[in-house]
Amino acid sequence: MLEMATRQVARAGLPLMNIVRMKGVPILQQLEIEERLLRTSSNNWCIINDGTDKPSIVMGISGKPAELVEIRPVVEDKVPVIRRFTGGGTVVVDHGTIFVSFICNKDDVAGVQPYPRPIMSWSSLLYSHVFQGVADFRLRENDYVFGLRKFGGNAQSITKNRWIHHTSFLWDYEARNMSYLKLPKRTPEYRLARDHLDFICPMKDYLSRPDFIAKTIDAAGSLFSVESTEFEAVKPSSNMEFAPTSRLLTIKELEAACKTSI
Amino acid sequence: MASRIWASKAASYLKISTFNRGFASVVKDLKYAESHEWVKVSGNSATIGITDHAQDHLGDVVYVELPEIGTAVTQGSGFGAVESVKATSDINSPVSGKVVEVNEELTSSPGLVNGSPYENGWIIKVEISDTNEVSSLMDSEQYSKFCEEEDNH
Repeated sequence: MLEMATRQVARAGLPLMNIVRMKGVPILQQLEIEERLLRTSSNNWCIINDGTDKPSIVMGISGKPAELVEIRPVVEDKVPVIRRFTGGGTVVVDHGTIFVSFICNKDDVAGVQPYPRPIMSWSSLLYSHVFQGVADFRLRENDYVFGLRKFGGNAQSITKNRWIHHTSFLWDYEARNMSYLKLPKRTPEYRLARDHLDFICPMKDYLSRPDFIAKTIDAAGSLFSVESTEFEAVKPSSNMEFAPTSRLLTIKELEAACKTSI
Repeated sequence: MASRIWASKAASYLKISTFNRGFASVVKDLKYAESHEWVKVSGNSATIGITDHAQDHLGDVVYVELPEIGTAVTQGSGFGAVESVKATSDINSPVSGKVVEVNEELTSSPGLVNGSPYENGWIIKVEISDTNEVSSLMDSEQYSKFCEEEDNH
């Protein structure tokens, strides 16, 4: 009885975080929701999207398609190419990807300065609780790895008083989709000279989807007082004033990029 | 010894205060915002960039998103962004006004923000709409203390 009362008091002292669970939401829509919440909300959010509806390529804010993407097969196979509002590299996402995003007021995350590396460290501490006893998890440079193999890629956007740290987790993936990506100019040192498929690994060998999501919500619950929010409450509607900056590149843009790279 | 004397003379000439390792440099005569941008004011003209403290904490800048010339800026609000590590970070304007020039060099050499944050790494020039706003900014001493407190928090 005393223990339960103590836990409730502890929770009451923690900042609130709204957890939104989605499944199969298109990645562009997820990005639009995230950017709007980052820029117009004053609450803390954890967005979880359990798989996206179709394979898509997602580049960071400064990504150049000619350098990062095999344009001909992408155009032929009609794979959407999206430029997102956060930094970082290029990923192929599909129904095997689990997305987890934390959108926080800097003042609600004590002791974490609003810069890339402190936020990255904070996130790795949170996920170390998720994978404790399950796998040899660590943050290596800016990736989540099991040993030397990457299973999670991170990106952030930092505003004056808030930040987002979002991750695409490779719960599973199709080798064929990975072949749409070129070897980028900037790669982490620990990648060495490995081909993409020798560099990444799927999370499914370690944890089921429901277990991973449950453990992530638990880990968030140790730092925040978490409450569930329905997707309907954050879904974009036609009368919203905020103009998101993540966008789908047009076929013309991709073809122009292809020509300039020859 | 000689190099230390040279460094101190150079610092004095450039009006740079240098501190022990761990402290970022500040330039006297500039004004500073709490969001770590600096502004050099000359009449109604302002040159704006991010501070040494900011570039040090951000890491290697790989991309700078610049505003269009003619864009209105508001004190305390974002006008562009830098990309470093895996993050985009907003750059906020220390003054209100209109963008009259942007540093195009940053498109091909974003690292200038790291290597020369107060000189060649300047980001935009603004025609100030309200010079009174400048008085709400910190001077170099106040900003140095502000950074120290922030890092010790």
